[in-house]
Amino acid sequence: MTERKMLLADAPRYAQVEKARAMTPDALIDVLLAANLRGRGGAGFPMGRKASLIDRKSAKPKYLVVNADESEPGAFKDRQVIAEQPHKLIEGCLITAHAIESMDVFIYIRGEYVAEYEILQAAVDEARATGVFGDIGVTVYRGAGAYICGEETALLDSLEGRRGQPRPRPPFPPVQGLYNAPTQINNVCTIATVPSILELGAAEFAKIGSESSPGTAVFSISGNVVRPGNYELELGTPMRELIYDLAGGIPDGRELKAVIPGGSSVPALTPDQIDVPLDYDSLAALGTFFGAASLIVVDDRCCMVQLALRSTKFYMHESCGKCTPCREGTRWMVQLLEKIEAGDAELSDVDLLRSVCDRILGKSLCALGDFAVYPVASYMKHWADEFVAHVEHGGCPFQGESTLEGIVAPSDAHRHEVVA
Amino acid sequence: MTAFADEVRGIAADFPDARSATLPALRLAQEKHGWLPPEAFHEVADALGLTPAYCQAVASFYDMYHLEPVGKHLVEVCTNLSCALVGAQRVVDAFEEELGVRAGETTEDGEVTFRTVECLGGCGYATVVAVDHRYRHDVKPDDVAAIVAEVRR
Repeated sequence: MTERKMLLADAPRYAQVEKARAMTPDALIDVLLAANLRGRGGAGFPMGRKASLIDRKSAKPKYLVVNADESEPGAFKDRQVIAEQPHKLIEGCLITAHAIESMDVFIYIRGEYVAEYEILQAAVDEARATGVFGDIGVTVYRGAGAYICGEETALLDSLEGRRGQPRPRPPFPPVQGLYNAPTQINNVCTIATVPSILELGAAEFAKIGSESSPGTAVFSISGNVVRPGNYELELGTPMRELIYDLAGGIPDGRELKAVIPGGSSVPALTPDQIDVPLDYDSLAALGTFFGAASLIVVDDRCCMVQLALRSTKFYMHESCGKCTPCREGTRWMVQLLEKIEAGDAELSDVDLLRSVCDRILGKSLCALGDFAVYPVASYMKHWADEFVAHVEHGGCPFQGESTLEGIVAPSDAHRHEVVA
Repeated sequence: MTAFADEVRGIAADFPDARSATLPALRLAQEKHGWLPPEAFHEVADALGLTPAYCQAVASFYDMYHLEPVGKHLVEVCTNLSCALVGAQRVVDAFEEELGVRAGETTEDGEVTFRTVECLGGCGYATVVAVDHRYRHDVKPDDVAAIVAEVRR
């Protein structure tokens, strides 16, 4: 089991749309259910089940929204799929729209992806000109710089022209989503996989990858590896194969220290855990997440307190401010981590940091606060001695030699004024 | 009706609710003014039947809208984990030296605003630098002088 191109492979354009439209929406949803395609955006919820939850009898319009707001640190796979296979994504949209009886598709792409927006918009225009859309409208919507808009209900608020802040659930989007109408939301890679399901048939598709996680995924791998990049693999491929065989292992003769397997928001793994198969259930069994299929590889030059601090500054910066535990808690985490890194902390501050983490976890409308806590809690668990060493030595034991030494975050330098 | 309002209403027609045009309209206003001065919020509000305060509240939520004047060009360096692990700070240092400003500042001649940003989605090609939103991949400190010269040309 190793590389297998599906999302990133060329195929005849829109060949599967006709096949899908020859089926009733119910029959098409049955195919999606049988394929057991799990959402590639992070949560891993079966895509067909999402489609089956759409209230198709509703008098309101039904909407399909594609989440192309890829912003998870470590993730850059959607960007490549959009740039290289925009028509596969659009084809997936048309098939899914038929399943949920939707006439309106919105693709929400992060604002920073300017080149990818241009490619996608050109592909939409090109496809529309062929007539394959029929009466379906496909609109590409550009974000404006906010990580939280990758959270599905924040994305809907943003698409409605508001500050992108998560909504309370229930109601869930299949019942009440965009403009309060039934809405299906899926990640780019999820929707771009749908044409392959039609092409192969659900039974054949389900045989690829591992039993509980069928198909392929594009894995982003970055950080301290020789050949970082995107690799499309069957699910269930051992992590070790990706890190060492495909990405070439750790450069400069250094040692592997940690792998953050799903983007910066998930618990890190230690070097003795990297034989894990890359699929949802195997990673969950180790107490972490498949997440955005994005591995950040960390070598032994990195101070874990600095890694925790830089990670937490990101989540503090991106907290939308709606829920107090996340808004305030991420700030407290940063203050405590700064104190520990500076050597001004006592051991009780390390315990206080654990306590703050506990008070954030699970206490907000969305998971952003949890995303700040998961990685930091794992660093404190697996590399507890490093946190203690900062206290006992009165400063960073790496003595200025850590790879993250002095790294400036946007929250450290947030001014825009003209100097003159 | 102004040409700006015409254009904004054209965008709004693509959506079931005109409010959805708020983000694109703010982007258009920013392209026109270079940043979002108070009158921009009035223009967007007038075109969409919203209030200027609402438009400012939306703009202030997103990092890509500039609520203060910025330089003619924007240079952004990602300093999130993957870039940081392979030396993004040395790239930041090189830009600060070459431009003579700190991250978050604009050069005295008003040509270049330099800032650090959160993950741009180019982690496998670190360090990522965005020059007027066009990505440069695998940027090393030695590449910085040439990038600055190109921006200033």
